[in-house]
Amino acid sequence: MIKSAKKKRKEVQSQNLSASLMAKFSDYGIFIIFLLLVIILSIAKPNFLRPQNIMNVLRQTSINGLLSIGMTFVILTGGIDLSVGSILAFGGVVAASFASDAMGKGIHPPMVAAGIGLLAGILLGAVSGVLIAKWKVPAFVVTLGMLSIARGLTFIYTDGMPIPRIDKAFLFFGQGEVLGIPFPVIIFGVTYLLSWVVLYKTRYGRYIYAVGGNEKSAKVSGVNTRLIIFTVYVISGLLSALGGIILTARTTAGLPQAGQAYELDAIAAVVIGGTSLSGGQGALSGTIIGALLIGVINNGLDLLSVSSYFQQVIKGAIIIGAVLLDSLRKKE
Amino acid sequence: MNTELLTIKGLSKSFPGVKALDKVDFSLSAGSVHAVCGENGAGKSTLMNILMGIYQRDEGEILLKGVPVSFPTPRHALRAGISIIEQELNPVSEMTIAENLFLGREAAKGGIWVNHKALEKRADKVLQSVGLNLHTATKMKRLSLAQIQLIEIAKAISYNADIIIMDEPTSAIGEKDVETLFATIKNLKEQGKGIIYISHRMKEIYAISDTITIFRDGKYIATRPTKELPRHELISLMIGRKLEDEYVKQNEPTSEVALEVRDFTKNGIFENITVKAHKGEIVGIFGLMGSGRSEFFNALFGVDPADKGTIVIDGSEVHIKQPAQAKAKGMAYVTEDRKISGLVLSSSVQENIALPNLKPLTRFLLINGKREKTIVSEIVKYLGVRTPSLKQLVSRLSGGNQQKVVLCKWLISDPQILLLDEPTRGIDVGAKREIYAFMSNFAAEGNTVLMISSELPEVMGMSDRIVVFKDGQVVAQRSRVDFDQEELMSLASMGIEE
Repeated sequence: MIKSAKKKRKEVQSQNLSASLMAKFSDYGIFIIFLLLVIILSIAKPNFLRPQNIMNVLRQTSINGLLSIGMTFVILTGGIDLSVGSILAFGGVVAASFASDAMGKGIHPPMVAAGIGLLAGILLGAVSGVLIAKWKVPAFVVTLGMLSIARGLTFIYTDGMPIPRIDKAFLFFGQGEVLGIPFPVIIFGVTYLLSWVVLYKTRYGRYIYAVGGNEKSAKVSGVNTRLIIFTVYVISGLLSALGGIILTARTTAGLPQAGQAYELDAIAAVVIGGTSLSGGQGALSGTIIGALLIGVINNGLDLLSVSSYFQQVIKGAIIIGAVLLDSLRKKE
Repeated sequence: MNTELLTIKGLSKSFPGVKALDKVDFSLSAGSVHAVCGENGAGKSTLMNILMGIYQRDEGEILLKGVPVSFPTPRHALRAGISIIEQELNPVSEMTIAENLFLGREAAKGGIWVNHKALEKRADKVLQSVGLNLHTATKMKRLSLAQIQLIEIAKAISYNADIIIMDEPTSAIGEKDVETLFATIKNLKEQGKGIIYISHRMKEIYAISDTITIFRDGKYIATRPTKELPRHELISLMIGRKLEDEYVKQNEPTSEVALEVRDFTKNGIFENITVKAHKGEIVGIFGLMGSGRSEFFNALFGVDPADKGTIVIDGSEVHIKQPAQAKAKGMAYVTEDRKISGLVLSSSVQENIALPNLKPLTRFLLINGKREKTIVSEIVKYLGVRTPSLKQLVSRLSGGNQQKVVLCKWLISDPQILLLDEPTRGIDVGAKREIYAFMSNFAAEGNTVLMISSELPEVMGMSDRIVVFKDGQVVAQRSRVDFDQEELMSLASMGIEE
């Protein structure tokens, strides 16, 4: 009996070892691809590694990074949010309208204008959340509808015209720097840290994983599964609007057509980062690498003056490659 | 009669770090049922997987009617006349019964156009072979678990194979269906087919098999005619030591009522259920599938609350509309299917055990990771869960250990009333006994257990009182001194005393 127990343990251990090796390989796989790309780029274009350019990449990544973090919350519960780009636009123009004299709403302090923009994002996220959590409409359908609704609302709100003359103080959200670090990068970094704590150190984070892994089991364990599902769409709406505020401040105007197809890059970052679309499995750190990878590809290929048509092909190939790696690992 | 269909000699198979099969011998005669017994991890599944062409052997010989064979893929095995009823059911739920039955071998005109009429006609015949009376154009997703299982059985038979492997074919079906299955098996025997029968249910093995082969830790232990192998000897051969008793029972019920349910009704599912459970008591709930027993537990625990009725715990009425409320009243619920509602398979042992217990571990919104680990490792040790680490994914543990993880999950909060739905389904004899011992201990400490089980010997072995469910109603209650197997069975199936 002792012998058999030992044997069994050995079996389990060896399975465990090879599984964790494979898991590490796949985690690092993305990281290795990322590093390789950085090395190749810095050899081909020494400009790439200049602090100026690195900050550039980070700044360009920050908006997609915020959307991807929200998307990670959603996808971990087994859902999807296709409306992030439209909510970004809506939050952006709403904030802009309160930071400009163009809409007759008066120029408000930046924090107030941004706060109203964030509320707009929260509201739209909450509408999706209720439909998905309470009425059990598939997330794909609800957020596809919301993609259209939020975009339409944005055009209605702005009459299809950009909102110009944004208050100088508001522009700090997109153009300011603290100790040489662009403010959007700081927002991105702080959001990442907060989200990390929420996902890995709080009950709420555990419940997100449990709901995505097995909703029924989570429910039996006393988790308020509806509330968890509802809130992830609120978070995604909030972070989308935050991205919209940064974009408005960077472009110095509230653009109603902003953020189109942004949902694709956000989903791509999450998937490249190894998070399973079926929910319950994945890590925030992977998403960040995924978002940075996309940022580096865009920036690097620009530096190499690769045509934007080719850029799209390369990006697509990397997305599929990353998921292929993951499914090969699972097959093991 | 005595022609050998299948002979296996010195078969070995290793996986990295473990010898799953070690020079195993086995043979199957035409017109016989050969049961393969062993605990989880004994090598039964590995052997079947090799026979089905899913794994490749390292050494040894497989002879089919005296001819050496090897199967690189499952298709080859099927073509050679070996079919299997798998333990895990994998229906294509959007397809009809007929389509599922003939998946991959549809009779198609010109190889492309499927003739649905003909398909359904053939399917009808196949279904009759297992006594199923269903419309073959019904989609799989509309069927019950038991019906799906019967269809899998019918499918395996319909290949007209010489050798049929049945891996836990009855784990989801009721007693009536088992009888039909056994009639079918007898029929197959008469046609000269050979059947390899794998089951954890002793009763079935003795009812249907002619010969028993026992494996332990990947090694061949013995082959005996079923008639010459008494049950206790079989068990000790399987686990490699003597087992004094299958059941462990040391608790004494008190007269103090712990839980009382009055006039519990869920429209269309169960009605006017009135049950009392005392401190120190194990109450068995016996009934066939679909008798409303699991739904009763779901309602009691607030997963799917009842429409009407009262629950009284320790003398005061309580309202339970959500699992969290039931938990706060000292209840815990181990659900019927650990994979569907008991565990989050994609999470670790620790995460699973901690899941319902995070509230007291949280300070200022943050989880105290250190305390979580201490508490989890204590309970894991207490129940003897065999896992290499707390970080192990539960999906990688054996059935018995997974079931213990579910128990751990609920024991941390120190419940006084434990609801167990099929607590030993699909786990091996050793683990079963450990769970029985735990139940007995738990009740002996003055707690209460309510247990659902389809296995009558288990209910009779463990319960102080048995409540019989039939069509959503309590048809009878019996105290331990009055347990009578025949009577309980007929109460559950017909609702009347004979």
